Amino acid sequence: MTDLLQTLLNGLAVGSLYALIALGYTMVYGILQFINFAHGDVFMIGAWSAYAVAAALGFTLAGGDPPGWAAVAVLLSSMGICAVLGFFIERFAYRPLRSAPRLNVLITAIGVSLLLQNTGQLRPVFGTQPQSMPALLPDTTLFQVAGVRVGLVDVTVVLLAVAMMVGLQWLVFRTRFGSAMRAVSHDHRIAALMGIRVDTVISFTFVVGSALAAAAGFLFAMKYSGLKQPADATWVLLGLKAFVAAVVGGIGNLQGAMLGGLLIGMVEMLGAAYLSPHLRDLYVFVLLIGVLLFRPTGIMGSTSVEKV
Amino acid sequence: MATRVATSATRRVFVQWGAAALVGLLGCGGGGTGGGEAGGGGAEAGGAATGPILVGEFGSMTGSEATFGQSTHNGIMLAVEEVNAAGGIGGRMVEVKSYDDQGKTEEAGTAVTRLITQDKVVAILGEVASSLSIAGGRVAQQYGVPMVSPSSTNPQVTQIGDKVFRVCFIDPYQGYVMAKFSRENLKYDTVAVLYDQGQAYSKGLKDDFIKSYTAMGGKIASEQAYTGGDQDFSAQLTNIRAARPQAVFVPGYYTDVGNIALQARKLGLEVPLLGGDGWDSSKLTEIGGQAIEGSYYSNHYSHEEERAEVKEFVAKYQAKHGQVPDGLAALGYDAGRLLFDAMKRAPSLSGEDLAKALSGTRDFPGVTGTISIDADRNARKPAVILEVKGGKPTYVATIQPT
Repeated sequence: MTDLLQTLLNGLAVGSLYALIALGYTMVYGILQFINFAHGDVFMIGAWSAYAVAAALGFTLAGGDPPGWAAVAVLLSSMGICAVLGFFIERFAYRPLRSAPRLNVLITAIGVSLLLQNTGQLRPVFGTQPQSMPALLPDTTLFQVAGVRVGLVDVTVVLLAVAMMVGLQWLVFRTRFGSAMRAVSHDHRIAALMGIRVDTVISFTFVVGSALAAAAGFLFAMKYSGLKQPADATWVLLGLKAFVAAVVGGIGNLQGAMLGGLLIGMVEMLGAAYLSPHLRDLYVFVLLIGVLLFRPTGIMGSTSVEKV
Repeated sequence: MATRVATSATRRVFVQWGAAALVGLLGCGGGGTGGGEAGGGGAEAGGAATGPILVGEFGSMTGSEATFGQSTHNGIMLAVEEVNAAGGIGGRMVEVKSYDDQGKTEEAGTAVTRLITQDKVVAILGEVASSLSIAGGRVAQQYGVPMVSPSSTNPQVTQIGDKVFRVCFIDPYQGYVMAKFSRENLKYDTVAVLYDQGQAYSKGLKDDFIKSYTAMGGKIASEQAYTGGDQDFSAQLTNIRAARPQAVFVPGYYTDVGNIALQARKLGLEVPLLGGDGWDSSKLTEIGGQAIEGSYYSNHYSHEEERAEVKEFVAKYQAKHGQVPDGLAALGYDAGRLLFDAMKRAPSLSGEDLAKALSGTRDFPGVTGTISIDADRNARKPAVILEVKGGKPTYVATIQPT
């Protein structure tokens, strides 16, 4: 019982992170119908900028407990850095290819991904060494249920992820700008004829998606404080799993991305705990194949659903 | 490239005697790019009897095990400086050509091929990770160029063939040492195992530990695996927690081990961790912090040992790099020195002669212990056990080979 609860808690926390990253994949797909393979690397930059900002502010492992505002400051600056990064990626890598065949954009996305990984490894940027993220949030035990310790970090991960998803949902379905986004996702040209500034909407989508990835990066760094170096396989694999989450949920669909993320997290953790930890990545990809066999558009994806 | 420029310039000397002055100018320009020696081109093209001896190195200078490659490189360069300061080998200076394999298996093979076919090195030093040494060693063996691995402990590395050597002990011995230490010194009856299934080093060490430990009457409570690239170990650690072991053997590399320690403590798994030489990095305690305190691992040497070789090496290394050398730096240094020692004894620097001289190494006084190369081209030498105490690896015991 204890172990099952523990596993479910782990699955929930990991799944929330996948869901946050998956939102970025799905938003870009909804608007431009292409997979932004550099999104996983934006997430990596988010985690590493959180570290860099924390280090620049003078918070170190040995420096004692940082003040409460530290976590908020680091989170916001990391989101800011990635929002700017997302803007520039779209402006200089993808916008010049807006009318090119989709395959060109896809290959460019892989190029951007490699560029980010390798730039991240440069000495003036983040360097090639793994680093340890200082504990900006004290991992105090909030409560215990049936022997399972529920810590502040896990609760923050889940709550912040939920808050961001609700905020995004509100943005897309309750604001004028959200209407513009949905309009652009339906048809660029008609949206432009209606007076919507398509370029602004697309830039904004990248900015929001990248900021969400940065938030996921920050939460990831809080939960797993030993950050692997920027080009490590860990980041690629996390980005890939988040992408699978977006596809499983139905790519282009926001609720689908959240559902997919949680599902992937749960399947991975339950499989590792009760079947065999040797094959944990396998469960994720088997789930993907299974879903695609029976519902090629993903669990919540269908042509009638609003794509954003 | 530079050689070609100089040679074509030389050819023109024969063709255009009349334009000697002009050609001389060309020749100087060509030689200049080759390192400032106007006549160097002809000598290099003529054979390898004079000029510097080129030794190749491949290592993980970047990538998740970057401290491995960088420490090893520092150790090798210290050995090179010493041999050159003492007049080189038979009057010839030693030069090292290094390539970064980024910790990737495919890059390791490419790097060694490049060293042999393009740079024409006479011997190769590298790698740390066994999977990479195996990839590089296959290429070296194929071309008949001797390779000395400073610190790959998996038995398969030297089984590649008669040109591949190492200056460290091997995993069956390391596994035996940790099993013996946990069974006899720490008196643990049940131990769980968590290993990296993607690394030959980790898998091999796990098998050897389990074999020795069960033979000594110990019980393996749980056997769990992860894959390099996993960041969340909670499922495996939850399983291990349920099996209630007295310690967890984690034969992985330091970044993963640091994360595993942190996550284990968060899940309330407070038992010490045990490990091997893959833990050997200052990053281990930086990442693991309090969580890694009180854990033990086996290593090639401790900078706290009282032997004269160790003291001298530590002093030199600290003066140059401002930090205490880890085991990999010491092994890189030993690998370099052992290779240069063999070069001095070898009748020529051909692959055959050099390999013969390397296998003839007996009682070589290394920083990491007295090294003899056995019939399987492995080094027989003692291991030390270290405990993480106050954020530093502290010397606990030396275990001699039986």
